[in-house]
Amino acid sequence: MKTLFDKIWESHIVKDIPGGQSTLPGGQSILPGGPSILYIDRHFIHEVTSPQAFTGLRNRGRKVFRPSQTFATCDHNVPTSEQDRPIEDPLSRIPIEQLAANTKEHGITYFPLGDPSNGVVHIIGPELGITQPGMTIVCGDSHTSTHGAFGSIAFGIGTSEVEMVLATQTLLQSKPKQMLIKVDGELSNRVCAKDIILHIISRLGTSAGTGHFIEFAGSTIKGLSMEGRMTICNMSIEMGARGGMIAPDQKTFDYVKGREYSPKGELWESSVKRWLELRSDAGALYDTVFEIDASEIEPMITWGTNPGMGMVVNGKIPPADSRLAEKALDYMGFREGEPLLRLPVDYVFLGSCTNGRIEDFRAFANIVKGRRKAPGVTAWLVPGSKRVERQIEADGLGEILREAGFVVRQPGCSACLGMNEDKVPEGKYCISTTNRNFEGRQGPGARTILAGPLVAAASAITGIITDPRELVNTTGSENTYNSKSANTKNDEEK
Amino acid sequence: MKRNKFTIVESRAVVIPKDNIDTDQIIPARFLKTTSREGFGENLFYDWRYDSSGARIEDFILNTPNGEGTILVAGKNFGCGSSREHAAWAIADYGFRAVVSSSFADIFRSNALNNGLLPVQVSEGFHSAIINHSKSNNKTTLKIDLMKKEITVEESGDSEKFEINNYKQECLINGYDDIDYLLSNIKEIEEYELYKASSL
Ligand code: SF4
Repeated sequence: MKTLFDKIWESHIVKDIPGGQSTLPGGQSILPGGPSILYIDRHFIHEVTSPQAFTGLRNRGRKVFRPSQTFATCDHNVPTSEQDRPIEDPLSRIPIEQLAANTKEHGITYFPLGDPSNGVVHIIGPELGITQPGMTIVCGDSHTSTHGAFGSIAFGIGTSEVEMVLATQTLLQSKPKQMLIKVDGELSNRVCAKDIILHIISRLGTSAGTGHFIEFAGSTIKGLSMEGRMTICNMSIEMGARGGMIAPDQKTFDYVKGREYSPKGELWESSVKRWLELRSDAGALYDTVFEIDASEIEPMITWGTNPGMGMVVNGKIPPADSRLAEKALDYMGFREGEPLLRLPVDYVFLGSCTNGRIEDFRAFANIVKGRRKAPGVTAWLVPGSKRVERQIEADGLGEILREAGFVVRQPGCSACLGMNEDKVPEGKYCISTTNRNFEGRQGPGARTILAGPLVAAASAITGIITDPRELVNTTGSENTYNSKSANTKNDEEK
Repeated sequence: MKRNKFTIVESRAVVIPKDNIDTDQIIPARFLKTTSREGFGENLFYDWRYDSSGARIEDFILNTPNGEGTILVAGKNFGCGSSREHAAWAIADYGFRAVVSSSFADIFRSNALNNGLLPVQVSEGFHSAIINHSKSNNKTTLKIDLMKKEITVEESGDSEKFEINNYKQECLINGYDDIDYLLSNIKEIEEYELYKASSL
């Protein structure tokens, strides 16, 4: 009896490092239980964590071993307006120029700024059909866990490991422990995938997943769209896990089908047949199991400086029971026991690989339709990719957003980590649909409150932290997150 | 890649007792734009070393004589957050050879090992013993013996064994890294690819 993780892991082992004599010159003996050589199917790179890996490769006089299995995009350093103009800041420009040169030299597919397929690495992989069930996928970026939503083993690696994959298409990895998180039951109205994962992390803590790979299962997870599943897997890393994954099903296949890099014709048929095997056997064993009741989940926000410091949007900040909590409250300018509902907000950021997909823009637009953005709020709406940007217009969301006083910017990581010019000023509050509320993440002294797109939209309209359940629906349409699965492909791809 | 060989390191413990030190604290994102591996040490813990006007925060440990040492001791869940290897580079570039904590974030641990920086995971009890010793004495010296997998507080003689994968231990002692090993297996990797292609 095997888990989904076991099945994929085992089929990617090139070899286990055996006991006995090591192959290193002058090496001592190596005992069994060491790491295995794990084959990597897909490798994504971006401008921040790859330059040093290419330099390392060059210093060793090596070429990229399997260039067709690596895909590159620039996203972290890019401006979110006037992308057709040269980037002024040389510190942002140089890594991007290096990525262009490195990918050209080694024959790697690169989606540069302005390319119709450019965008945040974890958004474009699935969109292009590069991400597929049953694969091993890595990227020099912790949120690579996002791709696990397709039933793949996907995890973030460091730059030395990027170099290993470039040089050998493999990594040395020890098998992690496994955790099952089962979420069952009906979600209430205006509760979205982001609320589920914030709820889980605030209950289990930011280190509950350390050393583990997490499989998310249960009826609630099955009921989520692919976008929702990606949001959940994206933030599994915030529990300290190596990654998260969800067994693929018809919804997964429907999403993957017909995309640029997905299998076609006979290969499609045989792939689906293989993918249907990708689920944990009944009775498979996990090191740790948690069960979550979906009906207990409400719209969430964070009050502190790690994603585990979360609470229900209309709740009160829990007692500060540690120095860490005190320090977090101090940084955020909050007090224990205080409610945050109606706190004035300065910034709202919709975007990132957590919530920068078309479904997130639909949900946001659904709330703001027929209303006006609060005058005091600076709102950054940043699509996760060029495709999302195009679809916002194709679906008529752009118009709804503009009528409500919002501007849709150009794609990139943007204020998620504040490496470009989209930085939240010191002391200001930002309701952010991103994944990390660490001190200084969105700019020195910036105060980040994590939330889902619904809370973000409601707060952008009122100018104060708002429970999206309090806003009467002006459009008559239901919560888009609870609708079955919207067809999320571009018209151009149909 | 040529690395310093690691056998025994002995040094004053530089103690930052905070838990959950994340990679944004270790090296803020705005310093990640250089494309080489060197020079990150300058900006290690930048926002703790300097205030918003760029002035040194005098009582932060790295700005005091107690900050001189090659072994960093920090609170639990050290290195959580992003996968940026710059965090390990910054710590190593600053001059640290080892980090001691009661737990490490997974990616940080492997990044550190890949850069010849030894993460030493000790028990909560031993961890508190180091911290308490450093609070009541003006100097705490640690000795980390990678051959014996043992860490000792020299002044008190307290010691504890720590875990490290034998393979990684060997790499550190010899100054080799994973890429050297993987490259020596290229033939097997090609065979795996052929086998995989034929089974699809
Ligand atoms: S959007 Fe944020 S979390 Fe995602 S890859 Fe970019 S910086 Fe990382």
